[in-house]
Amino acid sequence: MSTKEFSVLNHVMVPEHHIMTQEEVDDLLSTYKITHDQLPKIYHDDPAVKAIGGAIHDIVRIVRNSQTAGRAESYRMVVKRPKK
Amino acid sequence: MPSPKRVGKIEFGLLSPKEIRKMSVRKIIWADTYDDDGFPYPQGLMDLHLGVIDPGLRCKTCGNKASDCPGHFGHIELAKPVIHVGYTRLIRKLLRVSCRECSRLLLSPDELQKILGPEEERNDDVITEKDIKKERVCPHCGAQQNKINFEKPTTFSEVWTDENGRKQEHKLTPADIRGRLEKIPDEDLRLLGINPLVARPEWTLLTVLPVPPVTMRPSIILENGQRSEDDLTHKLVDIIRINQRFKENQDAGAPQLIIEDLWELLQYHVTTYLDNEVAGCPPARHRSGRPLKTISQRLKGKDGRFRGSLSGKRVNFSARTVISPDPNMSIGQVGIPLAVANEMSVPIRVTPFNIDEVRAMVLKGPERNSLTEPCGANYAIRPDNRRVRLNDQTTETVAEMLEPGWTVDRQLRNGDIVLFNRQPSLHRMSIMAHRVLLMDGKTFRLNPAVCPPYNADFDGDEMNLHVPQTEEARAEALMLASVCENILSPRFGGPIIGGIHDHISGIFLLTHTLRWFEKSGVIYLLRSSVPDHLPEPGKVENGVEYWSNKQVFSMILPDDLNLVYRASSCKNCKECKKEACEQDSYVQVRDGQLITGTIDKKSIGAFDGKILQRIIRQHGQHRGGQFIDDSTKLSIRGIMYDGFSFGIDDEDLTKTEYKLIDEVLDEAMQDVTRRITIYNEGQLEPMPGRTLEETLEMQIMQVLGKARDKTGEIAGRHLGLSNSAVVMAVSGARGSMLNLTQMAGCIGQQAVRGERITRGYEDRTLPHFKRGDRGAEAHGFVKNSYKSGLTPAEFFFHAIGGREGLVDTAVRTSQSGYLQRRMINALQDLKVAYDHTVRTTGGRIIQFTYGEDGTDPSKSSFGDPVDVKGILENVLKEEV
Repeated sequence: MSTKEFSVLNHVMVPEHHIMTQEEVDDLLSTYKITHDQLPKIYHDDPAVKAIGGAIHDIVRIVRNSQTAGRAESYRMVVKRPKK
Repeated sequence: MPSPKRVGKIEFGLLSPKEIRKMSVRKIIWADTYDDDGFPYPQGLMDLHLGVIDPGLRCKTCGNKASDCPGHFGHIELAKPVIHVGYTRLIRKLLRVSCRECSRLLLSPDELQKILGPEEERNDDVITEKDIKKERVCPHCGAQQNKINFEKPTTFSEVWTDENGRKQEHKLTPADIRGRLEKIPDEDLRLLGINPLVARPEWTLLTVLPVPPVTMRPSIILENGQRSEDDLTHKLVDIIRINQRFKENQDAGAPQLIIEDLWELLQYHVTTYLDNEVAGCPPARHRSGRPLKTISQRLKGKDGRFRGSLSGKRVNFSARTVISPDPNMSIGQVGIPLAVANEMSVPIRVTPFNIDEVRAMVLKGPERNSLTEPCGANYAIRPDNRRVRLNDQTTETVAEMLEPGWTVDRQLRNGDIVLFNRQPSLHRMSIMAHRVLLMDGKTFRLNPAVCPPYNADFDGDEMNLHVPQTEEARAEALMLASVCENILSPRFGGPIIGGIHDHISGIFLLTHTLRWFEKSGVIYLLRSSVPDHLPEPGKVENGVEYWSNKQVFSMILPDDLNLVYRASSCKNCKECKKEACEQDSYVQVRDGQLITGTIDKKSIGAFDGKILQRIIRQHGQHRGGQFIDDSTKLSIRGIMYDGFSFGIDDEDLTKTEYKLIDEVLDEAMQDVTRRITIYNEGQLEPMPGRTLEETLEMQIMQVLGKARDKTGEIAGRHLGLSNSAVVMAVSGARGSMLNLTQMAGCIGQQAVRGERITRGYEDRTLPHFKRGDRGAEAHGFVKNSYKSGLTPAEFFFHAIGGREGLVDTAVRTSQSGYLQRRMINALQDLKVAYDHTVRTTGGRIIQFTYGEDGTDPSKSSFGDPVDVKGILENVLKEEV
């Protein structure tokens, strides 16, 4: 298998990443009563973000399998990685 | 909830000469402080405009007395600019990135674009020294640049090679530097990350020096009436004196050499005034030879203004003394000496319901001479918040005046809630709430079962005690921090409090195999937790009733307990014989009755405590606390029933064993010699991935390790459960069979970094051995036991091996301490909000559900949210 075609999302250790729609985002922000900048962040050049084509200010839903909770969701806002 | 005020941004800037003059109330020109009458010189360092410290005088600036005047800054006009030591690195950077002629940034617009990106897309990134190549030509004016050399503490010079190829060096005066920095345009500064509105770079060179108010450097009057000035004042005197001389020489047109010397001297004084610990600069000293404590020293370090004064918290209502054990009290109690209890107090509000009670306390006053007396009171606080100290004169009048609205500081009494703490406070169990128990003596007393969470022992440890002063604080302490709430550790979901040392030996001796006690024996054992009714006796012989040891233990168990497990003494046989176990380590509890098995570390010990953990899950933390109290007291009685001691003759073996041990060791020695011979003959087959030497070393280590273990087996065969050390090792109370092996059998190979000892002299460890000797004795094998005693060479090797352990612990504690500090700093303000999210104080989310699953680890069962096995066991009443 050539390394070029391998998507990080197919790796067992990488959880699901999805870009959320505007409605989903509004819903999320209102359930937690927060603004955009209170969300955890993820860099725009994160391999998983690149793989799903996330742009800066997008919000990514990450779904993990958890030993104790079964399924754990978290959300991150894509930000630009600062230089250096 | 976000905090009520949010910090938008913090701006760091420099004080401009203009600002320094603007905030100054007086120009200081005289180096003297007080005249002969003890009155401050006008325009001297103690000028009355700068604030007052003597009571009675009034500040000439604000008109306030010493207590109300905050102090005001003055200033000194320096004859020539000097460098501020704190900014030398900034100055160096600016000199290196700017042109020596036109002072523009040494980058063309194209190069800028390459580094920072196109103008629209620029973020907060800035140009650094590394972005500019050395000794280039200025892209703006074409001037050849020179290398800028910086010599600590404050010397800058330009270096270049002349036509003859010789190195030339030219010193830059602060005035030269200031000239260059002044010319750097504002736009270029922004690219360097400097906001020119608040920090022009030339302000890093001082032309005016602010003189701090006298309130910041008060002079003290000594016993003999002499004034002693503050270190800062001394330093300022030096600065003014040199500055004055400098000015005079300058005006008189003194030669350049003298001017330069004075300039350097002024630079030295200003440098040490700001920081007296600069590298490459001898510290300014007091007449006595003590280095002066100047501005930087006041702020820096553990006792500095930040860590020592601002973040450092000192509290009232706290006590500290040595701790000692008392196994007869409850784990939730703490014994407090009367002297401490009399000094510490709890405020109680006077209400119509308690006024008589409180009045009695006030009348009693601060004196309490015995444990049985009721508590008194130390202070009464009137409704207008004035404190009245209670003593023989005041008690009666205060008692009469007492009415609702007053508050009385009552002395500590039995049952009060206090917080108890031992440093280092590494986890939350380092501070727990206890109930007060007044005691004679001068030490804090605690139940040895709560030593593990505090990591306390009684070799001189001291602990702190705090008395919560409000109802809320007491409720919080009781419901969150009390010992019972903290038996289960959030670290692994098991009990961290439980029996230790003697508790485990005792319960082991009591419950091992089957023993029978008469009624008197049973009552003796259960003295502190006698059940209302004794159960049916296990057997009746000749009309005498007998209860078994297992029955005695069962009396402190709840009735609905069902569990099956293997005790610490289990030898992990290939096939478990279960009920027929020779070690009696198959523990079965059915309906609260111990059927088979021995109770030991696995059952009641701290960190293990299976029974304890199950009781807490089934019956709650208070029943758990009760069980620890009962089991520890029972085990202490159990150990006292037979007595338990250990002496040198417990390590004695018989002649047969000594002979066997000698044989084993001789055999091993011969084996080692044989292997060395094989190696020397070149016949040794190397193991995969190892050299010949490594293979040999490993073989020798293995042979000697086996020999040591064999001696242990021989010793162990002779020493049975009648030996105290064996009881302690088997029950898990303290020590291991290895310790016993080393005491009675053979100490074995000493190792440094997992290898035999090789360091020392050339090709040998000690001069007693032949060069190149690879034998066991020459590389740290100790044949003797601790009992038989070591030879000098063995002793030396043993010390080497022991030292490694000491060094390891020392290194580990400092490393993990620093790691812990950083982690606490990062996590201290996080909290779990009501919606189960983990948030910072700013409301930023760290986790969407606490720990992904929202479970409290201290309520979990060794990490699992539900204890399936335990529930099944309880229902089926058999092993699952």
